[in-house]
Amino acid sequence: MGYLKINQNLVTDENAATLGKLCPFGAFSYADGKLEINSACKMCKMCVRKGPAGVVEFVEEEPAGEKLDKSLWRGVCVYADHDGERIHRVTYELIGKARELAAVIDHPVYALLIGANVEKFANQLLRYGVDKVFVYNDAALKDFRVETYTAAFYDFIEQIKPSSILVGATNLGRQLAPRVAARCHAGLTADCTVLEMKENTDLVQIRPAFGGNIMAQIISTNHRPQFCTARYKVFSEPKPVDDPHGEVISMTVKPEMLKSGIEILSSVEKPKDIDISESDVIVAVGRGAASESLRAMAKELADALGGVLACTRPLAEANVLDAKHQIGLSGRTVKPKFILCLGISGAVQFAAGMKSSDCIVAVNTDATAPIFDVAHYGIVGDVNEILPELLAKIKEAKADV
Amino acid sequence: MNILVCIKQVPGSNHVEVDPVTGVLKRDGVAGKMNPYDLYAIEQALTLTEQYGGSVKTITMGPPQARRVIEESICMGAEGGTVLSDRKFAGADVLATAYTLSQGIERMGNYDLILCGKQTTDGDTAQVGAEVSEYLGIPNLSNVLSVESVEEDSITVVTSLDNRVVTQRVKLPCLLSMESDVNTPRLPSYKRRQTVTEDMVSFLSFADFADQDANHYGLNGSATQVERIFPPEKNTEKHSITGSAAEQTQGLFDLITARKLI
Repeated sequence: MGYLKINQNLVTDENAATLGKLCPFGAFSYADGKLEINSACKMCKMCVRKGPAGVVEFVEEEPAGEKLDKSLWRGVCVYADHDGERIHRVTYELIGKARELAAVIDHPVYALLIGANVEKFANQLLRYGVDKVFVYNDAALKDFRVETYTAAFYDFIEQIKPSSILVGATNLGRQLAPRVAARCHAGLTADCTVLEMKENTDLVQIRPAFGGNIMAQIISTNHRPQFCTARYKVFSEPKPVDDPHGEVISMTVKPEMLKSGIEILSSVEKPKDIDISESDVIVAVGRGAASESLRAMAKELADALGGVLACTRPLAEANVLDAKHQIGLSGRTVKPKFILCLGISGAVQFAAGMKSSDCIVAVNTDATAPIFDVAHYGIVGDVNEILPELLAKIKEAKADV
Repeated sequence: MNILVCIKQVPGSNHVEVDPVTGVLKRDGVAGKMNPYDLYAIEQALTLTEQYGGSVKTITMGPPQARRVIEESICMGAEGGTVLSDRKFAGADVLATAYTLSQGIERMGNYDLILCGKQTTDGDTAQVGAEVSEYLGIPNLSNVLSVESVEEDSITVVTSLDNRVVTQRVKLPCLLSMESDVNTPRLPSYKRRQTVTEDMVSFLSFADFADQDANHYGLNGSATQVERIFPPEKNTEKHSITGSAAEQTQGLFDLITARKLI
């Protein structure tokens, strides 16, 4: 906590210009020999660390109010995301991560389950090694309504005081987590890609910023609980444990939790779409493989490998392929076991959506294409030559079996 | 109905690099622009007032030059807008940003509906809208696909909730975050641009807010701190498959068979 102080007596036209250039957010304004910082400032303190010595300094302030007693907050909790019929698999991925984090500080792993007739899910959660599943079960919680779920979630936090809370970055989670975090006056970091635990129970949260161009490491050292969300397929799903040991704890749903200004008129399942993030094998095409014949071959290859066809943003925008096939920040995040990138330059927005894949192979004529920075196997070559021949070889191999 | 739309000025490009030696963030000097996701919210707001009457105003938090996005919204059809600008707001995370916006919204008052875009292109968190609604104590719905109808004291909307499409009726006032690509935002009108006057954009600062505790804003009001920023990792383990096209194809084929994909 603190603020930036400008020592005006040290300001010169020159160092004001230097600071103006240094600041990534253009937050300096300089007029009549007076240097000022405006509200574009993001407190990155670049001006203090890298600027002309002494011109801008960071003045530390003790946080107001009582000092936080971190020992009162115990447990790493995962919100169990479900649609009433099944648990979203991001939940298991987060439980796996929560177990790693909790092990560092010897805390228990909790799951929070809210809904109607959700007892059936509790045992499924225990199978993944959760110590305690807290259940808010009430007919009125059948449909997700942000007010009722927030009230139950907040009640859980007040009673159990978990130190960290992990929520899946589903549409539901992205709506619920911020409301609960704001009610707790707690921090919330979206779309974390790396989570680590410090021995003092501070959760280190790393997330991409500026469309994945830089990574930001974020902590919330003066607040509990510490909230974060993570997308599906960012962490790995653990294997179920052989000897589930946890217990199920039924929580009381109080009438005041069920107040809501929202009425659900209808809720229908979306037609089953191809979900590229569910596939273990992906053949992705970019502008260098956009022609109809190459796309048809890529699709055939994907089918032969038991995978799906995906594309980059320009192809989705040109309606060459449907947007649901698009990989990247504005499309889907995928984490297949194998991804073959054909004619894709590898813009950061694309790379951010696939770079945690197990094996990345790229074919591109341009040896300087950024896709080769993320690829495990790079082939500087022409898709027009390689793809038809590869497809022929695979067909042949399949025919031999 | 009176509608407030929360908008943001974002960098014109996301192109930033971290100098690996000095740790300095290098950014292109591209001028700011309206967050593209906000355009869908403005379009929805204008459509609703055309249908049901009322007015559209916009609100943003940022440096004084953020007035440009307010002006752009006016050129699209908004009546006016407000910039929340103060050095005390600097360094705000999601929590402090949402709180500042909620204070500004309460100060502006007189709203039936608040609309937001899905997320911003710079922060990318998609969390501020929901937190604003919490501070205002009103219901919120995210991923709104369409507005079906407006009733006396409620609004009926269709939302996308993961694998379900949910139609819900929600009491006014409420906050809706629009899904992207749900409408075609109109272009700013050149004719309206000629009529934009100074007084259509107003400014509010800390001193105008009901809550005068500076510890609730900016860096001091933030629950999270950025410890460090660093460039994304590049994959270090690399293999190149070289040779003629036939050799490269063979190499790729061997890789596919070695990984038991066929």
